[in-house]
Amino acid sequence: MTTAARKFPTEPRDAAAPAATCAIDIQKVRADFPILRQEVHGKPLVYLDNAATSQKPRVVIEALTRYYERSNANIHRGVHYLSERATEDYEAARGIAAGFLGAAQSSEIVFVRGATEAINLVAQTFGRTRVGAGDEILLTTMEHHSNIVPWQMLCQEKGARLRVAPISDSGELLLDEFEKLLGPKTRLVAVTHVSNALGSINPIRQIVAMAHDRGVPVLVDGAQAVPHLRVNVRELGCDFYAFSGHKVYGPTGIGVLYGKAELLEAMPPYQGGGDMISSVSFEKTTYNRVPFKFEAGTPHVAGAIGLGVALAYVNSLGLENIGAHEHALLEYATAAVSAIPGIRLIGTAREKAGVLSFVMEGVHPHDIGTILDQEGIAIRTGHHCSEPVMQRFGIPATARASFAVYNTFEEVDALVRGIEKVREVFA
Amino acid sequence: MAELRDLYQELILEHSKAPRNYRALPAANRKVEGYNPLCGDRFTIYVEMEGDTIRNIGFEGAGCAISKASASMMTQSVKGKSRAEAEQLFERFHSLVTGQPVADGNAPPLGKLEVFSGVSEFPLRVKCATLAWHALHAALEGKQASISTE
Repeated sequence: MTTAARKFPTEPRDAAAPAATCAIDIQKVRADFPILRQEVHGKPLVYLDNAATSQKPRVVIEALTRYYERSNANIHRGVHYLSERATEDYEAARGIAAGFLGAAQSSEIVFVRGATEAINLVAQTFGRTRVGAGDEILLTTMEHHSNIVPWQMLCQEKGARLRVAPISDSGELLLDEFEKLLGPKTRLVAVTHVSNALGSINPIRQIVAMAHDRGVPVLVDGAQAVPHLRVNVRELGCDFYAFSGHKVYGPTGIGVLYGKAELLEAMPPYQGGGDMISSVSFEKTTYNRVPFKFEAGTPHVAGAIGLGVALAYVNSLGLENIGAHEHALLEYATAAVSAIPGIRLIGTAREKAGVLSFVMEGVHPHDIGTILDQEGIAIRTGHHCSEPVMQRFGIPATARASFAVYNTFEEVDALVRGIEKVREVFA
Repeated sequence: MAELRDLYQELILEHSKAPRNYRALPAANRKVEGYNPLCGDRFTIYVEMEGDTIRNIGFEGAGCAISKASASMMTQSVKGKSRAEAEQLFERFHSLVTGQPVADGNAPPLGKLEVFSGVSEFPLRVKCATLAWHALHAALEGKQASISTE
């Protein structure tokens, strides 16, 4: 495992191509997203809140409709035609997700509601059986609340404690400090791949190598990574990888937990119910094999199918192309926004994806958000469910523009004009 | 811009930049923190009650222009008022920012607080405008803990 991780000593630089090499026609891509063709407050919608959720291409919307119009049935149990078709489509989506993440086999893909549920699943199964009193779980300062609170709950229950690896002023994980915190009591490392508040890309391979050297498994929160970077869980070497469908052009309410087969096999079930069992009597229940052991009840069949279509859509554009375009947008926006007087960027890591967080002297982010909204520009303002990051930078909140494949340089210009308007209002 | 100017009236911007009564009160006998977890706005309201009267009031904290200006102008409006008068004012103010008709014809006039009428066009900002008022309400009820808008 360690050897495998060591084969790739440097991190991928997926998002580093210059704008000139952009291989996709962005106007054509925009036409795939019906929601983008509208005005907000009389201005063309400029949607820059993609780190919160991405918009959906027509193929995904149509897949949901088609499923309910033509295939809807319960899965894994019916002998009739529709059930067979729904089951096939659902399992095909699992296969697409497995391929998307580079998993060795489809059974390593568990469908969940989203990254949050994926992390809770690992905390409540793997965590509860592997973490005891005095043990430690190692996180970083830049985690989303969804990669903090499930571990905090587990620690409270077990008498374990959280250790937190610090980050630099630019928002980069301090790897030396991280390594020092890996100790004999560390039972798990839970780390984000890309920070939702800062955009920093963490060096997952190095993190995994350090942890595996000490026999510590690693969970990666990939919610902000999969829309922007090519992820291969076997190259990363991580033990668990979680992401949400809705941030990668898929439906809400569906997400993926990848887990190494041997770990999933050894874990107890998450929830009890139908479909997760092989046989049930009042004396004894035999659990189903993985991944079904973790999918109690009727799952979000339509959502999983929609997610499969979304991932296929991403593949058709090419994540390298998507990443290159977004990186060009980010560089353009970083230069333009940081040139505005009174602006301070929060998160200036060398390796970044998709996110431009900033604060403005004398103006609260919430006011920036309202004024931009009047210009038709949707950004996120607040603590981004990452309060420890805000505390680290000594700020209550930031304004955050986040990019997707359908965003344009003109939209960045609109953002800059909008920020200038904020300055006018508060002059 | 017209609508934006309705929200960000000059008086509001002026109060947000130079808030009045922006200080902790050592003599305060009521102190409540108001917190809006959605946007991170956080203010502590200090009230010095003398019997039933708000003898002095101050506040500290961080928040957007609307919440800070609202806190600032609230302190000016309720200083010297009785508890009941302050509560009536809050009710009236709440109606104003949520665009509701005023139920009580005898309610005290809002005066300068009318400047917040534009908030009713921005439903997401109602909590900003009322954060300090909610904290004051809690303080007047004798609560000492924190209150949250959620």
